[in-house]
Amino acid sequence: MGEHHHGPAQGISRWLFTTNHKDIGTMYLWFSFAMFLLGGFFAMVIRAELFQPGMQLVEPGFFNQMTTLHGLVMVFGAIMPSFVGLANWLIPMMIGAPDMALPRMNNWSFWILPPAFLMLASTLFMEGGAPAFGWTFYAPLSTTYAAPSVTFFIFAIHILGVSSIMGSINIIATVMNMRAPGMTYMKMPLFVWTWLITAFLLVAVMPVLAGAVTMMLMDIHFGTSFFSAAGGGDPVLFQHIFWFFGHPEVYIIILPAFGVVSQIIPAFSRKPLFGYASMVYATASIAFLSFIVWAHHMYTVGMPIAGELFFMYATMLIAVPTGVKVFNWISTMWRGALSFETPMLFCIGFLILFTLGGFTGLMLSIAPADFQYHDTYFVVAHFHYVMVAGAVFSMTAAVYYWLPKWCGRMYNEAMGKTHFWISFIGFNITFFPQHFVGLAGMPRRIPDYALQFADFNMMSSIGAFIYGASQLLFLYNVIATVLAGKPVSDEKVWDGAEGLEWTVPTPAPYHTFEEPPAVPKPAGTI
Amino acid sequence: MGRVFSGAVLAFLSPLAAAQNQVNMSPGVTEIGADIFELHMLIMWICVVIGVAVFAVMFYSIYAHRKSKGHQASQFHESTKVEVAWTVVPFLILIAMAVPATSTLLEVYDNDEAELDILITGYQWKWKYEYLLESGEPVAFFSNLATSQEEIYNTDKKGDNYLLEVDEPLVIPTNTKVRFLVTANDVIHSWWVPEIAVKRDAIPGFINEAWTRVPEEGIYRGQCTELCGAYHGFMPVEVHAVSRDEFDAWMAAKRGAAAAQTQLAMQTLSVDDLMDQGKAVYDSACLACHGAQGQGGIGNAIAGSAVVMGDLSNHMAVVAKGVSGTAMQAFGGQLNDVEMAAVLTYQRNAFGNNTGDVVQPGDVNGMKNG
Amino acid sequence: MSSLRFSRVPAIDTALKLVTVAVAMFAFVFVVMVPLYNVLCDALGINGKTSSQAYTAVPAAVDESREVTVQFVAVNNDGMPWSFTPDTRMMRVNPGSANGVVFHALNPTDADMVAQAIPSISPSRAAAYFHKTECFCFDQQMLEGQSSAEMPLQFIVDKDLPADIHTITLSYTIFDVTGTVTDGLASR
Repeated sequence: MGEHHHGPAQGISRWLFTTNHKDIGTMYLWFSFAMFLLGGFFAMVIRAELFQPGMQLVEPGFFNQMTTLHGLVMVFGAIMPSFVGLANWLIPMMIGAPDMALPRMNNWSFWILPPAFLMLASTLFMEGGAPAFGWTFYAPLSTTYAAPSVTFFIFAIHILGVSSIMGSINIIATVMNMRAPGMTYMKMPLFVWTWLITAFLLVAVMPVLAGAVTMMLMDIHFGTSFFSAAGGGDPVLFQHIFWFFGHPEVYIIILPAFGVVSQIIPAFSRKPLFGYASMVYATASIAFLSFIVWAHHMYTVGMPIAGELFFMYATMLIAVPTGVKVFNWISTMWRGALSFETPMLFCIGFLILFTLGGFTGLMLSIAPADFQYHDTYFVVAHFHYVMVAGAVFSMTAAVYYWLPKWCGRMYNEAMGKTHFWISFIGFNITFFPQHFVGLAGMPRRIPDYALQFADFNMMSSIGAFIYGASQLLFLYNVIATVLAGKPVSDEKVWDGAEGLEWTVPTPAPYHTFEEPPAVPKPAGTI
Repeated sequence: MGRVFSGAVLAFLSPLAAAQNQVNMSPGVTEIGADIFELHMLIMWICVVIGVAVFAVMFYSIYAHRKSKGHQASQFHESTKVEVAWTVVPFLILIAMAVPATSTLLEVYDNDEAELDILITGYQWKWKYEYLLESGEPVAFFSNLATSQEEIYNTDKKGDNYLLEVDEPLVIPTNTKVRFLVTANDVIHSWWVPEIAVKRDAIPGFINEAWTRVPEEGIYRGQCTELCGAYHGFMPVEVHAVSRDEFDAWMAAKRGAAAAQTQLAMQTLSVDDLMDQGKAVYDSACLACHGAQGQGGIGNAIAGSAVVMGDLSNHMAVVAKGVSGTAMQAFGGQLNDVEMAAVLTYQRNAFGNNTGDVVQPGDVNGMKNG
Repeated sequence: MSSLRFSRVPAIDTALKLVTVAVAMFAFVFVVMVPLYNVLCDALGINGKTSSQAYTAVPAAVDESREVTVQFVAVNNDGMPWSFTPDTRMMRVNPGSANGVVFHALNPTDADMVAQAIPSISPSRAAAYFHKTECFCFDQQMLEGQSSAEMPLQFIVDKDLPADIHTITLSYTIFDVTGTVTDGLASR
């Protein structure tokens, strides 16, 4: 270990064999950004085909491959790894630990990801094409009726599941064992709290996803009938298992985003986070509730009415802790001294748009109304408001906020603000009209649509191209900053930033906190 | 000038313009549809009110509490009273929402005592409707997309009901409680008609139920809403609600037609008749996969195909039983003897296949029964 | 580095516990979720599933005071070429009485085939009150090429059927399971 002491190894082997949490965090972040561009490219194909009624660019079967891969790549390749990257960079620095608890496993959990996605992407070139059954891969469309590439899809899901589980175990082990003396649980920054809870969710539900795809594998190749009525199984069972994983998964994506926003809003309000303890409890309640609401994705599947009512009431309850969080963030801003640098802009964008997504979520929870919303573009609009404006906006905010600490250079503020405004406007042009077409009756996952949806779809596509292009500006800004940004040397890059990561030199040295730091502040004043 | 202007206003107000760019859910024509619509509007307005209040506070803060104006940050960070209030109040609002939601749901689930039962079976990529009648000739038929490939591939002007029109719509009587039994033949589909507020998943092997009572005559259109494969976007639903008398007449005609088909199956048809009808069957059943010129696509090419130009009984077996493990379905249950004879004749003579074979309904019947 | 200040032992200990949790959750899907779902299906009649065992309880007295309509529906799954129809599409029965219906099956192909019929009852609430004393659906059905068979079903509607249920629909979907049967039958 001695040779690591003074700095990184040289060349490619630094990245291949590194056990340094900062290197691994960097690799996760770049990998997820690459996946974000790939998934975004798929989205552009989708929106280009939907620009006008009629089939123009691709065939219906290929269109389905695009929607499927867009969903899989964005969820499993872009959003989840990006937050794991953030956790790698920040958690050890936030709790005063020198590194992650299990550095070699950390290396593995990253390096098995690229092959998994390479395998998934390679299905595009296989006979029969890539998976075309949606990211929710309902049986029997994904079993009996799937292209042969489904086996590679299953294997890819297994690998990335293992990667996620290893990453989560590492985070839990780090938080539980490596906090600096005095860093009690209720003093941890909220980002660490939300990730700790997320990691527990991941350990609990990624194996369930693995179980679901294993059953598919057995049905396809080994003659079992888990999901086929002919052999005594049931295709609806697949949906129950999938959403038992899938609903916690939604919170796995959004909880770290809550954590990020809870770090950034206080910094630019120059005021401690309001209701720290209630934030922790709200996060834990959301995590708990996520296990008992899964069937609200399946209201039209023909459940007994008792089940329908139970899942409706439980789902509505989620509005309470989520509301608490939004109220807390706004109270944090209230009577602060606000300034609006790019990270804060993205957080405010998050706050407005995520809340909108929350409202449509509440509408969707109402079972009888869901009979009209289910599987329409209203749902598509809803989850893009929470996934993109929620998770992706907060991730973008995080990059702008911590980038100067990571590389010791300041990004271009004007370009950052331009990125925000183009993203914000482009996003809303893309997804707001989707509420309208959904309510008016346009089903999701269709390559062509009736004429009355034409205008809003064209608008949506234009918005998508704007939003997509704005990400290239982001990429340029980040690269320009890393290579030639204005150097910063203040330990605290932002005057309102609080937390241990802002006490180390800027840029953060390769090794931090080899000696435990003093933990000064009481809870709530992160 | 004034005329042009009022014409433009009229055009704008015409139902077509209204259907275009519709921004909200339709209350539809049924009682349940109206209830769901009211529920939807209620929840939406509650959300709007809460949203306006919350964001007003935020925007005021953004306006008044900015550092650039010299505002000093206060350092408060908790208040048990406020926190309890904003936990309890939303909870009470939720209870207020749950009450109407529960009663509407109970209505949706009240499927009993229907006057007419219809079995709906989802196929890749069409619907089959079967009226469950106590006695007499069973009435069952398939309902395929009627929009032409030329419209879809932009070589022809798109009609008003582009992608929402079928060759044979479902016909139901008005003011009658109709119960739908929904199932599927292959993958999961979902039968949805927004205007009559029915959406039910069709699950292979199992049966789901839903119901409606349509008070107004009219044509109501919908689509499949569960991803079911490549042509998921191309299996619309079209429901014609007609008066009881008209329905009875339609039903009698349907039964008569079924009997006539049986009659027809006994006769020898002319080559032209077979080719005409064969083309019609081909266009609705085969074209999507095998191409307008028999050139192939998802399916193998028909033009020059060894199966089509080879042994007739094998050709028919493939069409009737499908090819397992591929997208080639079994059409045996979907085509009657006349249609089967016609499409076989057509495939064997169109696209330059020119085998000169003529297949008669009687031949089909003979092969079926050995 | 960290070894200066931290022992890895507690972290590895935590990690091993979490690995156990992950493995347990994987097993949970197979040994808990699947059987639990089947139990719930039986108890709540999810998807209208009925018992796959013959009903053997001694029938109680017939309830002459009310009649229930029972409808029979036959559905062919994908690629199933058999003709399969009930001889009666609808009958009115008294709860508690023993009734029968026969399904006609014809295998029009030249090959021997095996079918499995999957029952589903609507409304699903009625599934627990629909007792089959004899049913072809309990077993797979083999039919030689070009042959036909009569498949009998005997059933009793329970006297305790909730009073608000007036119509019960029993559907059978037949699946071609020839390829999956292991007893040496030539697969298609």
